[in-house]
Amino acid sequence: MLARADDPCTLLIAPTGGGKTLAGFLPTLADLATTPHDGLHTLYVSPLKALAADIKRNLRAPVEEIGLDIRIEDRTGDTSQTMKKRQRVDPPHILLTTPESLALLTSYEDAPRIFKGLKRVVVDEIHALAESKRGDQLFLALARLQSLCPDLKRVGLSATVDHPEDIAKLLARNPDPCKILYADPGPAPNIAMLETKEAPPWLGGGAAYAIPAVLAQVKAHKTTLIFHNTRAQAEIFFHNLWLANDESLPIGIHHGSLDRQQREKVEAAMVRGDLRAIVCTGSLDLGIDWGDVDLVIQVGAPKNVKRLVQRIGRANHRYNAPSKALLVPANRWEVVECINALQAVQEGDLDGDPRGPGPRDVLCQHILLRAASSPFDADALYTEMTSAGAFADLTRDGFDTCLEFCATGGYALKAYDRWQRLQQRPDGQWQLRDPRAAARLRMNAGTIQDSDTLKVQLKRNRGGKPLGEVEEAFAATLSAGDTFLIGGQIVRYEGLRDMTVEVSRNASRKPRVAVFSGSKFSTSTQLSQRTLRYLQANNWPDLPAHTADWLHLQRSISRLPEPGRLLVETFERDGRQNMCVYGFAGRNAQQTLGLLLTKRMEDMDLAPMGFVSSDYATLIWGLDEVIDPRPLFDLKALKDGLDGWLAGNALMKKTFRGAATIAGLIERNTPSARKSGRQATFSSDILYETLLKYDPDHVLMQITREEALRGLVDFSRIEVLFKNVGNRIDHVAAPHVTPLAAPLLLEVGKVPVQSGSAEERLLAEETTALMNDSGLSKV
Amino acid sequence: MFELCKARNYPLDPIGDTIYEHIMNGVSFSLAGTTLIALGSGALWWGDQRMLIVSDLHLGKTERVLRRGGPAMPPYETRDTLIRLENDLQASNAATVICLGDSFDDVEAAKTLSEADRLWIARLQAGRRWVWIEGNHDPGPIDLGGAHLAELPVPPLTFRHIAQNGKSGEISGHYHPKIRVKTRLRSISRPAFLFDSDRVILPAYGTYTGGLRSDDTALAALMRPEAMAIITGQTPRQLPMPR
Repeated sequence: MLARADDPCTLLIAPTGGGKTLAGFLPTLADLATTPHDGLHTLYVSPLKALAADIKRNLRAPVEEIGLDIRIEDRTGDTSQTMKKRQRVDPPHILLTTPESLALLTSYEDAPRIFKGLKRVVVDEIHALAESKRGDQLFLALARLQSLCPDLKRVGLSATVDHPEDIAKLLARNPDPCKILYADPGPAPNIAMLETKEAPPWLGGGAAYAIPAVLAQVKAHKTTLIFHNTRAQAEIFFHNLWLANDESLPIGIHHGSLDRQQREKVEAAMVRGDLRAIVCTGSLDLGIDWGDVDLVIQVGAPKNVKRLVQRIGRANHRYNAPSKALLVPANRWEVVECINALQAVQEGDLDGDPRGPGPRDVLCQHILLRAASSPFDADALYTEMTSAGAFADLTRDGFDTCLEFCATGGYALKAYDRWQRLQQRPDGQWQLRDPRAAARLRMNAGTIQDSDTLKVQLKRNRGGKPLGEVEEAFAATLSAGDTFLIGGQIVRYEGLRDMTVEVSRNASRKPRVAVFSGSKFSTSTQLSQRTLRYLQANNWPDLPAHTADWLHLQRSISRLPEPGRLLVETFERDGRQNMCVYGFAGRNAQQTLGLLLTKRMEDMDLAPMGFVSSDYATLIWGLDEVIDPRPLFDLKALKDGLDGWLAGNALMKKTFRGAATIAGLIERNTPSARKSGRQATFSSDILYETLLKYDPDHVLMQITREEALRGLVDFSRIEVLFKNVGNRIDHVAAPHVTPLAAPLLLEVGKVPVQSGSAEERLLAEETTALMNDSGLSKV
Repeated sequence: MFELCKARNYPLDPIGDTIYEHIMNGVSFSLAGTTLIALGSGALWWGDQRMLIVSDLHLGKTERVLRRGGPAMPPYETRDTLIRLENDLQASNAATVICLGDSFDDVEAAKTLSEADRLWIARLQAGRRWVWIEGNHDPGPIDLGGAHLAELPVPPLTFRHIAQNGKSGEISGHYHPKIRVKTRLRSISRPAFLFDSDRVILPAYGTYTGGLRSDDTALAALMRPEAMAIITGQTPRQLPMPR
């Protein structure tokens, strides 16, 4: 690294534990040790607050040991306002931050002064950032920093990826070259499936059956990280683990919805080596450098192999010994998925789809935040933005459309020009019409789409201690006396006060569960095709007997899916008529299939209500039984009116909401805004529907379509799928849910069908019943 | 707060005939001896008087938000609201129209209404009596045709913007009531009329409006325990007011 200190851009590919983060700082430390520096010298950006805090600890130790006079501070959403103000006035030598905090920092009027003298920027875990809008925002911020500090050197640190040159392009100033350095990848990881006496259930995501086996592993190792795919799963698992923890081993829980103090306590205990295990989610997913972790357990199937390898790579921070990891499938389908994922890892079969060009909603936010900092010249800003790799192909037209959107809204109907948001001054520079808008724009910064959450705290007369957050939609379902899990404890809902959920501790053993939205993992077509081939065997000697039996059961009550054929199962459950279509085409294609088939069902008056897709199947439910599914698969009929159906879909509205929030059309909810009169505000769906009616080609509608289509596939790919199947559609009317369909019932990401006749029928049914119950129907 | 309340998807295809059918399908109820019909569009029809009542149009909302430094929302809400109102007027051929207040998002928004929108409103007003009731958003006179009143008594009914405790025969708006109906497979939330033996509260008619749930203390305290709701949409339906 030292030899490359003067290169404009360097990407270091190394497994975690190779000391790559420290390597990224070597040139900085060497420079600061010999040359006194005034103000900010190096900026470090990582995707996680916890990681910034962790690097601060790890970096301060050697610096203090050598006795260097270097100030190292972090700045994240968790940093106090006082500290943040102080940092702007008097920046440290090394500032550790996140993309969101950096974007905010560049939006201040005094940004040129804050970043004056900045020499280096280190982007950690860049492979993770490169996959999201957070990365796009970061790379735009880097372009701005480069304009402020032309000699800025960029360093990126990445885990092993299949296309490092793509990441290098994002990191470097376009079209600068970027040197890629490869560290020794170290020994291959040792990954296996956890063996248990108990069989996993058909259905269920909690992996409660594996608690004794997991506890035995925790006892046998120094420190174990137990990863879950969702926060809700982590809470349930932790609860069960704690009940079974007869030796009272010190075990903690860590996820993004917990209160900051709770998280910091767990992190500190971990650093001291006080904990034997941490039950966690993605909030601990990235590169936390806690030396003593000697085992990683992954509960639930890894939906993609790349993620699995990266997660596991983090277990081991002893460079020479192989990482050790165990997979714990939560149900029997996940056993099949785990086996196939393990084979893929052994064959080095990393998956993942490349991303398209940088999204324009992020660009709009950047323009607005740029205006919050100071007046700007459009030509210069365009040039600066295209120096970010993700936006290298941005046309001037595309940029101007976004600028117009930021300035006036960019609607076909010109209205209210005197109130436009950005104005052009006589000298041609663009500025905010109302400088007070800057504060409003900053509150809306960021690209992470959180669902609205409410804080949870103990009742005031019980100390008022903050515990964490739950989703507003979940809070709305609570009535006084309901119990739920948060931070591993069961609490009782007492009431809502000032938009805070007040609870008391409760000793009951059976909580309702807090529903946190599980993040939907990106998926892998390769893994699903691999799995389909695997199912063709007559026997599965490498599967545990319980799971092989389960597949045999599927074969006997229904059939197993086959290449070149399409299995369609129908069954009733809980008053819903279900249809399961096994395409094994990857989630995006299955998702598209769900949209197409629900449209056909609506055309045929089958009252579809929603669907959910996994990598291998789509489950659709509705009010009416599908007696013969074959007519649904009529390609010509599917295409008719498809555009209108897609436009009216819930997926589209959800995507619009995200894009409109990032682009600044919808303002994020602040607690104070929520308190003042709820009836004044309205659904983003209304904005979407209004644009669809009166301005369907508006830039936000274009962005929405582009983005929604990333999660879908072309109609042509569905045509290919149908051609391969021809008329070989196997329909099984099953008496109940089948083994293979069961896991779909738990899949996250359900898409409601909103425009359907089902809603009217349900309303009719319900209101009639209510009127009869109250005896009013006869009045 | 961008509440996930069911968007006003009616009428997607504004054809007079459809509306007419909905008037036929409206839910009728009685208040102080009069017969009123709640329409799926959110308007109220008093047949004896050939009177159409709408509330909380919030015309000019986009302009007001923008003027105050907020985002530039799609400036089509005035157009969309007037199209729906025009449909209801055509279908009903009302002799009198009463706008129950908050017809404009603020007085300034009423002043800055485009010339085209002013003409449109004048056209809707032609040949019928038109009353603007003042609301908290639009207190004071507005430079548009029609009568401007704080409230209007048409015995046995009284029209005002905000309901008053202890009054009866009262027709008001202001709260933007909506209800949530838990059906066996899905919970459905939409704007709704609330009524009891004293009053009816109209849902907001404007395109850019959200709603206040009927179980909110403000509404629960105002309505009698036996109050009913009529949910808007394709087919309006009556049910006990959810609390």
